[in-house]
Amino acid sequence: MAILELNNVSIRFGGLIALNNVSLTVTQGSIHALIGPNGAGKSTLFNLITGIYRPSAGTISFKDMPIGGAPPFRIATAGIGRTFQNIRLFGDLTVLDNVLIGAHSRGKQNLTGALLGFTTRVRAEEGLLLDLARQSLATVGLSYRSFELAGNLPYGEQRRLEIARALSLQPDLLLLDEPAAGMNPQEKAELLTMVKRIRSSGITVFLVEHDMKFVMNISDLITVLDYGEKIAEGVPEQIRNNPSVIKAYLGGGSQC
Amino acid sequence: MTELLQHLIDHIDPYYLQILVNSGIGIILALGLNIVTGLTGQLSLGHGAFMSIGAFSSALITSKLGLPITLNLVVSGCITAIAAAVIGMPILRLSGDYLAICTLGFAEIIKVIFLNLDITNRALGLTVAPPESFVPLPILVWFVVVFAVVCTTLIHNSRFGRALSAIRCDEIAAEAMGIQVTRYKVQSFALGAFYAGVGGGLYAHFMGYINPSDFGFLKSIDILSMVVLGGMGSISGSIVGATVLSVAPEFLRFMASYRMLVYGGLLVVIMIFRPNGLMGNVRVTELFLRAIGRKPHLNTIDREADRGDS
Repeated sequence: MAILELNNVSIRFGGLIALNNVSLTVTQGSIHALIGPNGAGKSTLFNLITGIYRPSAGTISFKDMPIGGAPPFRIATAGIGRTFQNIRLFGDLTVLDNVLIGAHSRGKQNLTGALLGFTTRVRAEEGLLLDLARQSLATVGLSYRSFELAGNLPYGEQRRLEIARALSLQPDLLLLDEPAAGMNPQEKAELLTMVKRIRSSGITVFLVEHDMKFVMNISDLITVLDYGEKIAEGVPEQIRNNPSVIKAYLGGGSQC
Repeated sequence: MTELLQHLIDHIDPYYLQILVNSGIGIILALGLNIVTGLTGQLSLGHGAFMSIGAFSSALITSKLGLPITLNLVVSGCITAIAAAVIGMPILRLSGDYLAICTLGFAEIIKVIFLNLDITNRALGLTVAPPESFVPLPILVWFVVVFAVVCTTLIHNSRFGRALSAIRCDEIAAEAMGIQVTRYKVQSFALGAFYAGVGGGLYAHFMGYINPSDFGFLKSIDILSMVVLGGMGSISGSIVGATVLSVAPEFLRFMASYRMLVYGGLLVVIMIFRPNGLMGNVRVTELFLRAIGRKPHLNTIDREADRGDS
């Protein structure tokens, strides 16, 4: 069953066509990878799905709901959590606050709720959000850092914290933009198990990654983008041997 | 009761009373701006204008409607908040320097409007009749201060407050976490203006006379200095900053014409040695909890949570 469907999606920035007629389907419960050379439009595609950009043409639907052009907060609330390629944590807040903010859309209290912060009803909701936050911190193994400032964590832990923050949203679909970037082999191995564990908890994972070993080990399905167009799709084995993928990555033809 | 309190107030030297009340009003204003600038991270140079909206509406409510002072303050706070929401909706799409310039322009417009309206008595200003109050005004001011501190603390430690700090840190990430950034910004702006409106109302009634020129650019900068000097985003900082900046000019009075020179120098020195503000890195609640031995050692508990999982 499809959880996310892109239908002939295009986006233009002035004269530049960043994505051209891309269609793809992410199956519920799968780990789907999006790869391609630099500038292929991978992050642009993520930004389209999460509402940071509006598609120039085409439709995007999530759980059979059209989300193309909806504002980012609505898409997040609908159940798409994401991490960013260049880490965007709330650096001068504590680790716990970061994940609590991730759980924002699971709460309802507004300003009046804030002023009634001492009542049992509001405190019950705070407790609920706190449980959610603690749980996602435990999933990525960062509970022991709860009261440190997010900006002071080492790089690999910041990446994990971003995942934890997205998990607090209790998403159905998790978008990871280069989760393994800058990690050492051991951290990558841990990340691999973590992502698999997240998937087995019922969350569909859609990720962009440059580390081919990582991608080949983890993905159920791989989509390849080049110059804004989809050039291939298949299971890892097919992609590894696909001539147009090899050409896109290594260059090819007689001119060089 | 009222007479007893009034008796108490009468025993205080009027000069010190004025400093006391001015610090109180300063704290209310600084707490409000701190929500906008310190917590939400939106630089506003128009807080003085919101104060003037509150002051004039409060003065007019007293003279035309004769509402009791507490109700009066709530109404003028609401009027100010509504004005802030209306102006905030278009301009809060901007950020940083652009927003600051916009709020500055808005403040000038408000001043010019009040200088030209008949109802605010144009450039002559308004004389404000003493209010109907169940407690003397200076005590009411400090009641409001305590109330404002409690409310601000509750806001800081809530889902609402967390959303505001998320916006300060990273708007794009905040939006990706499901936070409706524009709406929260407008709410924070209106909330800050509410404080300013209440502060302005108290100011009008305590001073007994208000003039649009009292609430110009310099007033906004004064309030901003209180917030920055005390520490952005820190409640205790706003209290300390507002008190210091209200009291210091009076203490320096013996220097006569060198007063403002020393005052300016003092600000520079404080910002060099405490760049995050006087209370910038001090967490008062934590210190308090630790002092009464109630600091929970969550760190050790959570370490076990990690272990249990792996």
